[in-house]
Amino acid sequence: MTAPSVVVLDYGSGNLRSAVRAVERAGASVTLTSDFQEALDADGLLVPGVGAYAACMAGLRALKGERIIGRRLAGGRPVLGICVGMQILFARGVEHGVETEGCDEWPGVVERLQSPIVPHMGWNTVEVPEGSRAFAGLEDERFYFVHSYGVRSWDLVTNDRTTAPLVTWTETGPVTEGGDRFVAAVENGPLWATQFHPEKSGDAGAGLLRNWIQTLKAA
Amino acid sequence: MSLAVRVIPCLDVDGGRVVKGINFQDLRDAGDPVELAKVYDAEGADELTFLDISASHEGRATTMEIVSATAEQVFIPLTVGGGVASVADVDRLLRAGADKVAINTAAIRRPELIAEVADRFGNQVLVLSVDARRAAGTPSGFEVTTHGGRQSAGLDALEWAARAAELGAGEILLNAMDADGTEDGFDLDLIGAVRREVAIPIIASGGAGAAAHFPPAVAAGADAVLAATIFHFGKVRVGEAKDALRAAGAAVR
Repeated sequence: MTAPSVVVLDYGSGNLRSAVRAVERAGASVTLTSDFQEALDADGLLVPGVGAYAACMAGLRALKGERIIGRRLAGGRPVLGICVGMQILFARGVEHGVETEGCDEWPGVVERLQSPIVPHMGWNTVEVPEGSRAFAGLEDERFYFVHSYGVRSWDLVTNDRTTAPLVTWTETGPVTEGGDRFVAAVENGPLWATQFHPEKSGDAGAGLLRNWIQTLKAA
Repeated sequence: MSLAVRVIPCLDVDGGRVVKGINFQDLRDAGDPVELAKVYDAEGADELTFLDISASHEGRATTMEIVSATAEQVFIPLTVGGGVASVADVDRLLRAGADKVAINTAAIRRPELIAEVADRFGNQVLVLSVDARRAAGTPSGFEVTTHGGRQSAGLDALEWAARAAELGAGEILLNAMDADGTEDGFDLDLIGAVRREVAIPIIASGGAGAAAHFPPAVAAGADAVLAATIFHFGKVRVGEAKDALRAAGAAVR
């Protein structure tokens, strides 16, 4: 059996080397590229992202990244967004008072965390929902976060004819001590996203990437 | 549910080789930063910091290769510092595989560098490294130094920390020069003073000599603790530092 193919979308600067190697280690054959067709054709697409929301969206738009994501999802083909790569999947982001339109796969706004210490930086636990495939076997693990902005309210309204996405929450600290609740991960059919960095989360992160890669061939 | 206190071993690297002495068994090449990074990873280190003390261009180029090799084999965050002077330097290090970059003297010379780096890459990549020591006559009683603590930078340490946070630093690596090398414990007054001044994470550094020294640094306000010598010589293992923190009620990974 050949390894599933994954494209890590190259649409800006930052550390992409770790993402490529971590996904390879988890069992996929990985290409780092900004090529439209390759990104469409791969079994899985990983959308990384560091830095400012507006800069990331500009970089993504420059290679029609939101169209790549939209077309893949229309065909039920897996996409995994990481950190700002998750944030840009929401309707909009607000940084330094500047509002930027996102890919709008989900409603909701990415806004500054309300917490005594920001950025939220380090290894945190998450509240894994029942039935999660992403966190299967990883329920008690810690993952590495590094961000100042987050999705603090989940706005998608679903009814009994649709399957509600699985939303994993976490907190910057105990709410009684001024901690803030925000979305740590989403599983929505072929679209998965994590606010933390699985590629930097040691064995726990490798486990999550393996769980994702296992979904690729079945898609 | 709470964020774990990070325990961070720091490696001084010169021309691609680890400088300070190493006392690990089972280590094939004790001077190889990649091998050592793997050992620390296996011991549960939450992050790694490489401080490049190379004086030459060749040495720095070699460090870049070491950063890449580490990023390809060790899947925890990696901070690299030492001689970082421009946005281009930061870009090169991030592309090589660093997750965060520590800036020290260059930011003292030109504080706008902090804003330039934060605007381009986000403030989470920028660790402001501050070498602070006690100095009578300064507003806070602590001043910033350069040249490994030998020269005064003419800046109040607390004012500098606050200004850097405002300019966009994502984190402060607080090196207590008075405590550095003493192994008598962290400078708790300094940590507490900076904690009251800034709302970004603080990494306490300087003075760790025993596992028991870590919990007071966290109680004083540190979000992370960094040490070099005691980890390298095997005097305290990463796991022992974490045991001490856990016993004191801190969350650890």
